[in-house]
Amino acid sequence: MAKAAAKTNASAMPSTAERRPALAGRSVSATGVKLEITPPAERISLRAPEASLAALSKALGVTLPTKPKTSATKAGRTALWLGPDEWLIIDEAGKDPLADCAKVAALHSAVGISHRNVAFSVTGPAAAAAINGGCPQDLSLEVFPVGAASRTILGKSEIVLLRSGPDAFRVECWRSFSDYVFTLLSEAASDAAA
Amino acid sequence: MLLIRCPYCEEERPELEFRNAGEAHIARSTNMAGESDDDFEKFFFIRSNPKGVIYERWRHMHGCARFFNAVRDTVTDKFIMTYKAGEPKPSKLPKNSNEVVAK
Ligand SMILES: [Zn+2]
Repeated sequence: MAKAAAKTNASAMPSTAERRPALAGRSVSATGVKLEITPPAERISLRAPEASLAALSKALGVTLPTKPKTSATKAGRTALWLGPDEWLIIDEAGKDPLADCAKVAALHSAVGISHRNVAFSVTGPAAAAAINGGCPQDLSLEVFPVGAASRTILGKSEIVLLRSGPDAFRVECWRSFSDYVFTLLSEAASDAAA
Repeated sequence: MLLIRCPYCEEERPELEFRNAGEAHIARSTNMAGESDDDFEKFFFIRSNPKGVIYERWRHMHGCARFFNAVRDTVTDKFIMTYKAGEPKPSKLPKNSNEVVAK
């Protein structure tokens, strides 16, 4: 009996595991706002003291920003300032920032979180209004200019927000919160359009 | 919504990003085993809970995630000033609590 069951299970198992990104392919369009899931990206959480920043910046190919609420981008790789000794590195060019950090002898902590996060792009003239549906920060261009990045909240979920253009934002959230964040942003997008 | 100035982010941010973390400037004894029960009770359980100006620890939980200290008025709920963790308790408070306090 047990043997037969094992055999049935084995034949039902696909030969390779299929990776399905959370919410893949879902998108919402409202007047003035488009909400999409961004393609998978490499990500690391980086902690380092000031003395290590030069070596890490060199290895990563992007200068780690030290000013609060800022980011730096070079060749598909973005470094977001999260705290005085904390950065989120996102690589959309398919290169592995973790491997680059591994070559650095200077003190640091780099943790791969590529699959911990899911990101959304929120674009269009009403993008800021849609995000403000759940985020209490001032998103005017004077206070949150292009390139500004911040960990903050959206409704009940923590997010990392990056302004990639005057009318374009990237919203990073934890994978298990992605359904909530997507649904909240969808509702906020239709409210912002109204 | 209250705006709280984070000394690490160097700007005022919405209160929803912050968490209160109790009274500030409570030093742990360097000889905990030698503490009398009464002294330990004072250190561990007893807080000043004033009506008026209080010195508190706050954490910018959903921002830079750092702990810092804040001087707050418990009657008006107004934040008088904030300063980085580890900095001494300010001996003088700014007269006009509406002013943004320079570091
Ligand atoms: Zn902060």
